[in-house]
Amino acid sequence: MGNPAENFKRGKRGKLYLQERLLQSNHSLVKNDMRKIGLSTQTGYVGKWLDISKYLPRRTLDRLAKKWMGFQAIAVAMLVPLIAFALLFRAQPILTAKSLRELLLGTNWHPLKQAFGFYPFIMGTLWVTLTSMVIAVPPSLMTAIYLAEYAPKRIRALAKPLIDLLAGIPSVVYGVWGVLTVVPFIRNHVAPTLERWSSFIPLFRSDNTTGYSVLAGGLVLAVMVFPIIIAVAEEVIHAVPQDLREASLALGATRWQTIKFVTLRKAFAGVMAAIALAFSRAFGETMAVMMVVGNVPQAPSSFLDSAYPLTALIANNYGEMMSIPLYDAALLGAALLLMLVVLIFNITSRLVLVRLMGHF
Amino acid sequence: MKATKVEEKIFLTIMICSTVFVLSCLILILATVIWRGLPALNLSMLLQTPKGGFYLGKEGGILNAIMGSLFLAGGATALAMAISLPIALFLHFYAKRSWHGGVVRLALDVLWGIPSIVYGAFAFILMLWLGLRASLLGGIIALTFLELPIMTRGMDEAINMVHPLLKESSYSLGATRLETALKIVVRQAIPGLLTSSLLAFGRGIGDAASVLFTAGFTDHLPTSLFKPAASLPLAIFFQLSTPFPAVQNRAYASALILTGIVLGLSIMSRRIAGRLTEHVIR
Repeated sequence: MGNPAENFKRGKRGKLYLQERLLQSNHSLVKNDMRKIGLSTQTGYVGKWLDISKYLPRRTLDRLAKKWMGFQAIAVAMLVPLIAFALLFRAQPILTAKSLRELLLGTNWHPLKQAFGFYPFIMGTLWVTLTSMVIAVPPSLMTAIYLAEYAPKRIRALAKPLIDLLAGIPSVVYGVWGVLTVVPFIRNHVAPTLERWSSFIPLFRSDNTTGYSVLAGGLVLAVMVFPIIIAVAEEVIHAVPQDLREASLALGATRWQTIKFVTLRKAFAGVMAAIALAFSRAFGETMAVMMVVGNVPQAPSSFLDSAYPLTALIANNYGEMMSIPLYDAALLGAALLLMLVVLIFNITSRLVLVRLMGHF
Repeated sequence: MKATKVEEKIFLTIMICSTVFVLSCLILILATVIWRGLPALNLSMLLQTPKGGFYLGKEGGILNAIMGSLFLAGGATALAMAISLPIALFLHFYAKRSWHGGVVRLALDVLWGIPSIVYGAFAFILMLWLGLRASLLGGIIALTFLELPIMTRGMDEAINMVHPLLKESSYSLGATRLETALKIVVRQAIPGLLTSSLLAFGRGIGDAASVLFTAGFTDHLPTSLFKPAASLPLAIFFQLSTPFPAVQNRAYASALILTGIVLGLSIMSRRIAGRLTEHVIR
């Protein structure tokens, strides 16, 4: 069959033949042939010290590597149930001691008196997260549409890396920003204005004048999830086939009509998935929220009330949880609850995205 | 016809306004941190550990937190790299279309979304089982969990970017999948692999909730895997919760340092990715 390099050029038949033959041949032959067709045989950074093919048959090595890598992959995949079971196991004492109804709907939180009602904290988390979604979704979707459909190349090239860059800012820095600007802004401007003009709406009425409130947490979280929604939604909208847009434009629709009736309709599921991802991120955020919501254990009834989300509860009390009976079980149960909610949101949105785009 | 044009104009205005709003919010954060942090920043902050009464506004710096954070995130990144690369290679070379691959990918995506405080709690449980106290090692374990899915996903994408013909050529010459993976694909994907590692490092160094449980806090430099280690996010948080303005100013300076490290890494990783591409065949 002659020179392997020539066989390679000859196409598939030669290739298959070579694969079979060369699998049994020795390593240096392969090296030489690779050099001939211009592929570097320098083993690279990882290859150099992993090159133990002198001692083991190459196919055995390949099979061993497959086993080992597969083992690692499965082990990491098993982390999800493992985390859930570990938390469940540690939370089990409180699940057997109290009824689920008592835990989820009880409003009494006195660890020393063995009263563990999560209701205020669950409501705190929900209020803050939903507020952040209400604030974050409209502007970030509009931004995503603009960047995907209208923006000139220059602006896109400027805005996208900037947004990616800002997605990396640590949450504690968002918290510092919240304490420095958002909280004073709400205390000095938003709260008095709402007091004067709309205090007849219960949602805007509160006697909390500190500025540390659901609204502050919502605003900080909203800014935190901007990059997530924009990045995913922009990609989904961008991936809508160009033919559909052209068909619509050819029928005389304006660009906005095309977006409204064609593009967004096609991208709807993906956009929803983007929002769900942002929701799960906001839901589990700890540091930034904890610094600005006030941490008063009450179920909030207004945007200006203080709240005490589940994440803040865990983070604030981990220190003493081992010294009070059932306390550790309660806090780890809270972590389990957080994980389950996030899990449901995440799996749904990922499955939607996978069906839609084939990756993510 | 007129109405549709007007509608388009209105919505275009809204879109431009919201883009400007979003970008300015994000830039405002940077501006605030720089504006409040820069005046309080000085060399002794960077080069000293906290002296007595540091949290009352006396002498000292946050070197303990800077070093602690670097050790925590560095250790976690090293561990995560050792686990991520084989998984990424497995996904690409051995489980491209099999259901294993799908399950592992879904699991990684789910792990990506799990809140860091849950990782903290899980690592805490692990530490109880292993009999560890709050320590550098505990923090590294928690951060490794956090960084794993981020890094693996980045590496998977980097490996997918390598031109498939290169792989085919290598196969056709009789190289096994392992040889192709290590000697050709990894080498070609090195810029992407580095970028994803640095991104994961940035994510790890900025995370507070998982370290809170597991690494503890100390005023000393990290010396042992089994002793507590300080970290920058927690230093910021503790300094900010004191009632003294001088200490709070230090919190702003620390926030500036942390932001600088994270953004610097992020920009650097883009640079590296650009620099290393000279050997990459497209």
